[in-house]
Amino acid sequence: MKMKAVNTPVRKKDAMALVTGKPVYTDDIAPKDCLVLKILRSPHAHALVKEVKKDAALKVPGVEYVFTHEDVPGTRFTIAGQTFPELSPYDRLILDQRVRFVGDAVAIVAGKDEASVNKAMKLIKVTYEVLEPVLDFTRSKDNRVIIHPESDWSIPVGLEPDKDRNVVCHGIEERGNAEEELAKCSYVVDETYHTKANQQAMMETFRAYTHIDVNGRLNVVSSTQVPFHVRKTLATALEIPKSQIRIVKPRIGGGFGAKQTVVCEMYPAFVSWKTKRPAKIVYTREESQIAASPRHEMQVRVRAGADENGKIQAMIVETLSNAGAYGEHTPTTIGLTGAKTLPLYTSNAKAYKFEFEGVYTNTQAAGAYRGYGATQGTFAVESAVSQLAEKMNIDPIRFREMNMVREGDIMHAYHGETANACALDRCLERAKQMIGWDSKYPCRDMGNGKVRSVGVAMTMQGSSIQQVDVASVSIKTGDDGFYNMQIGATDMGTGCDTILAQMAADCLHTEVDNIVVSGVDTDVSPYDSGSYASSTTYLTGQATIKTCETLKKKIIEAGAQMIGCSSEDAEFNGREVFVPGTDQKVSLKDVANAAMCGSVHTLEACEKSTSPVSPPPFMAATVEIEIDKETGHIELIDYCAAVDCGTVINTNLARVQAEGGIAQGIGMALYEDVVHSKAGKCYTDSFLQYKIPSRLDTGKIRVEFESSYEPTGPFGAKSIGEVVINTPSPAIAHAVYNGTGLRFRELPITGEKIVMGLKELEKDTGK
Amino acid sequence: MKISLWINDKLIEDDIPADTILLEFLREKGCYSVKRGCETSNCGLCTVLMEGKPILSCSTLALRAEGKHITTMEGLQEEAKEFGEFLADQGGEQCGFCSPGFIMNVIAMTRELEDPTEQEIKEYLAGNLCRCTGYQSQLRAIRNYLEMKKGAK
Repeated sequence: MKMKAVNTPVRKKDAMALVTGKPVYTDDIAPKDCLVLKILRSPHAHALVKEVKKDAALKVPGVEYVFTHEDVPGTRFTIAGQTFPELSPYDRLILDQRVRFVGDAVAIVAGKDEASVNKAMKLIKVTYEVLEPVLDFTRSKDNRVIIHPESDWSIPVGLEPDKDRNVVCHGIEERGNAEEELAKCSYVVDETYHTKANQQAMMETFRAYTHIDVNGRLNVVSSTQVPFHVRKTLATALEIPKSQIRIVKPRIGGGFGAKQTVVCEMYPAFVSWKTKRPAKIVYTREESQIAASPRHEMQVRVRAGADENGKIQAMIVETLSNAGAYGEHTPTTIGLTGAKTLPLYTSNAKAYKFEFEGVYTNTQAAGAYRGYGATQGTFAVESAVSQLAEKMNIDPIRFREMNMVREGDIMHAYHGETANACALDRCLERAKQMIGWDSKYPCRDMGNGKVRSVGVAMTMQGSSIQQVDVASVSIKTGDDGFYNMQIGATDMGTGCDTILAQMAADCLHTEVDNIVVSGVDTDVSPYDSGSYASSTTYLTGQATIKTCETLKKKIIEAGAQMIGCSSEDAEFNGREVFVPGTDQKVSLKDVANAAMCGSVHTLEACEKSTSPVSPPPFMAATVEIEIDKETGHIELIDYCAAVDCGTVINTNLARVQAEGGIAQGIGMALYEDVVHSKAGKCYTDSFLQYKIPSRLDTGKIRVEFESSYEPTGPFGAKSIGEVVINTPSPAIAHAVYNGTGLRFRELPITGEKIVMGLKELEKDTGK
Repeated sequence: MKISLWINDKLIEDDIPADTILLEFLREKGCYSVKRGCETSNCGLCTVLMEGKPILSCSTLALRAEGKHITTMEGLQEEAKEFGEFLADQGGEQCGFCSPGFIMNVIAMTRELEDPTEQEIKEYLAGNLCRCTGYQSQLRAIRNYLEMKKGAK
């Protein structure tokens, strides 16, 4: 297919509305007469709510309702935005008598404005029976404290859960005898890594508003990545038929996975359904830090062994994941710590093993964050691989070249998929050249107390969840021959409305501006699992192409009938249906308009796609940093990334995805810490304590594309959204080692830790 | 308390509680471009101009604007569009939620600094956080915009 729009930097369709500040987000369009909701939250990490005194609160002028666990339905559900049957436990209630972390919901307060509701919150007296919490996830399994003792806990598809031991999931996957092969290796590393519960910190916090429509149905306008899963979750939580619920997605101020979880929608949905009045909830930044859906804290042990020739022969990854108080996304994220790391090195190895376990604790429940477990696993495995190379005295890039997956290799640890499109070798070479590796590795003393050093890492992700995700697209032809395109995937700022229109434009031989794309409305949009798991470009892109093909056939049929020829003889070039080699033709405009008068031609099509495979995008990155040995301050000098996402659909948007993902990864590597008090209170509850990178912190980020061609992808495309966040932590940790000799296996790597580490090192070496 | 001020050159008179925050007041008056991203004056999403100078409306009492001229993006549509085109051409708006505050500060910067260096640009705009873009595309947009401005002179 000729590419006119694809592989160009088309402007995002909504760009000008966004940059001129138009009111397009949830809170901009919420009705003025909404009840304003706030959640009263638990000050205890583990407690039973014995009594809630609401009289005084209800007397505050403007306050209308206070709801507690006694008022809500009793059916447990999961807020994970996943396809049914979910792998996440049904372990939540809208409000539960047992609160399981500091910040867990105790009561919903509703009133006419924020001031009155805030005042009422202070007047509610709650009596708690305080229970002992489990805060350390390495001590949760078989702890005498059980976090989910309830008998109505269930899980649609369980991976060996054992809630009476606080275990959410457990599993082992092995090929060959990994322990045996590891023992035979000449060189082995065995290290354990620790990553924190990073927050997505999208600029628009969680929010939704709800109202009852003219047909008495619950309408939800939500800043969500998963409208159809929100409908499913709310139906279960409210114990009402799905037919009674409609979800609409307006523009979204970022998600990064946070909004793949139904974090806040159940509160206004419950209030509107119960009171039949409009309601809205807007989370504060503090709430988005303490009671949201962050990355899973993980402990990952990696054992990797190579033979005398430097070939990796065995690799074992063991992951322990902290679910927090509820188990959404725990059994699924954890799998990626192995499935997105082991395949990079084990296509030709003798054996590998992956063992995982997710456990409950009395901390904030974790969820989905860009990378979805692969990020944590990549930090661990890439760090271990660099250390193994060092141990063998082989350049770390050379060592990767000797061992990495190449096009045509079978990735046993990745569902046995073949790397049909893999330019990782070219990516690594490119990243090496970009930074000038050979002249900079490992470090240069700058002579002023500062040292400049380089590091490297590589990674892979997937493109959709194979055999699970589905995506549908419908396109109809309007008068004069314009197109309405409906997708069920949600543009959360990433620009999927635009890139899918680019694909459709090339398929239909028209201009991007001739295709009108509508946001998701579950009443009218075709079904889509949602925008997560790096699925939109790949899977919804596939559906776009299929839909266009079907529509083209219908246009040709209608046109051929007007011409008076067989549709097999006619073709469509975007402007007209014509018979090649003759002057017989009819314009699309005439075909479209004729379909609206005495016609039975349905110039509409809707096709669905699902994929048996999840082709991985690949990426290699090198980084140069400058370390101030006095202060421990790290300055990012140059971050060089080479990405293989297959064909790049929108050259601008893909680049910005990569740059943005890398910046988030830099935050994870250097600043973003999650600190709790001994009683489980989250200290990093604002942007004052939880530092995300500013434009002074990110340094220079350079991205280049080394494209392969994915045969199953639309126009040869794979995904881009998630793979880009994985490399900064291991690459920067590697550079820090190369500059200081300090190996950091826990994130973030702060200046303080570097200074302390250097002091220890001096003591040890007796300098 | 009684307050009178100019919002985008329109005189507004009202009676408000003394603790009303300017950000909330402006949104109530229909200036929806003004966004809240935090409660700790860290993100810059709520940036507006008071007497032509950028301020954080989240940490300004509405009463502090008594008798003053407040400009939001609703009142700077032409300039927002002019720079916005450059941002859009880089894909540097992404989700767009931080764009109004960021662009207000870019406009203030171009009024205040003659031919700023890259470091000056970064420092001037350091208080405008963005979680989507990694800032590189925004820097490209600013450079191109400043080039255009220079060429136009």
